[in-house]
Amino acid sequence: MKRLILWLPLIVLIAFVATVAFRLYGGKDDIVRSQMIGKPVPEFALEAAVKSHPALRVQDLRTGEPRLLNIFASWCAPCAIESPQLRELQRRGIPIDAVAIRDRPEDVAAFLQRYGDSFARIGSDPATQFQFALGSSGVPETFVIDGKGIIRHQHVGYIGPEDLDEITAAYEAAK
Amino acid sequence: MRAAIVFLLMLAPPAFAQSALPPSEYANRQLADPRQEKNAKALMETLRCLVCQGQSIADSDADMAGDMRALVRQRIEAGEEPESIRKWLVARYGNWVSYDPPVEPVTWPLWAAPILLLGAGIYLARGRFKRRKSK
Repeated sequence: MKRLILWLPLIVLIAFVATVAFRLYGGKDDIVRSQMIGKPVPEFALEAAVKSHPALRVQDLRTGEPRLLNIFASWCAPCAIESPQLRELQRRGIPIDAVAIRDRPEDVAAFLQRYGDSFARIGSDPATQFQFALGSSGVPETFVIDGKGIIRHQHVGYIGPEDLDEITAAYEAAK
Repeated sequence: MRAAIVFLLMLAPPAFAQSALPPSEYANRQLADPRQEKNAKALMETLRCLVCQGQSIADSDADMAGDMRALVRQRIEAGEEPESIRKWLVARYGNWVSYDPPVEPVTWPLWAAPILLLGAGIYLARGRFKRRKSK
């Protein structure tokens, strides 16, 4: 018993250092996932983010067919980098709507012209309030919404070529 | 060179990007009612900024933190209770978003650790005091 007490501070120290080292060098996951998966998209009605595209309301996500909802912004570099992948998803026959976060119509128009346009509708979320309601914590993020308007899948961060199959599979699973 | 720039852009966390729009009205403006503002401020200090992890939304200059402060102030102004706003956010982001962790099986070590460590400290120190007295 006496010996154990002598060693105890060292054991506590080793446990402490191991915990800190683990959190510093491995197993780090700072992605905040939405808790809304499996729940309906909250009621919303967003104005059109750009003249060329219609506005986005909650009814537009309850069409009986699953859709992707891409959260983007013209001021977000990874959003530009993922646009070829969005075009590929559109080519695969997946309808995509979008929400532009804190954006101006002229900037959205310039972004679409420069990087391509895969969106059916684009809603404007000028004060991030709809993004909060979705439990989304950054741009870009992509949600799979099923035909009844239930959130089925969340992809955090930009969509790389390696993510296409994951998103396609989640879309198929939402059918 | 171009590939390198694209690669660096891919690494860049979107957190550091800021939009061209001005901050929301209530991001930096206090509520007219000082009591409401006090409640809003207290809540903001215990809500975590989503893009600048490790800061509260009261401390952060990120657009998103400003918009979340606006959300808090608007809802408090409309008469909502601070704890109900916290619940609304926790339902979307999980307990992660709150700096006020609830007591539940996952977090009980967090609450029990100080008590256990204090107990162990007293136990270890007890022997020392005894020996001094007997001299």
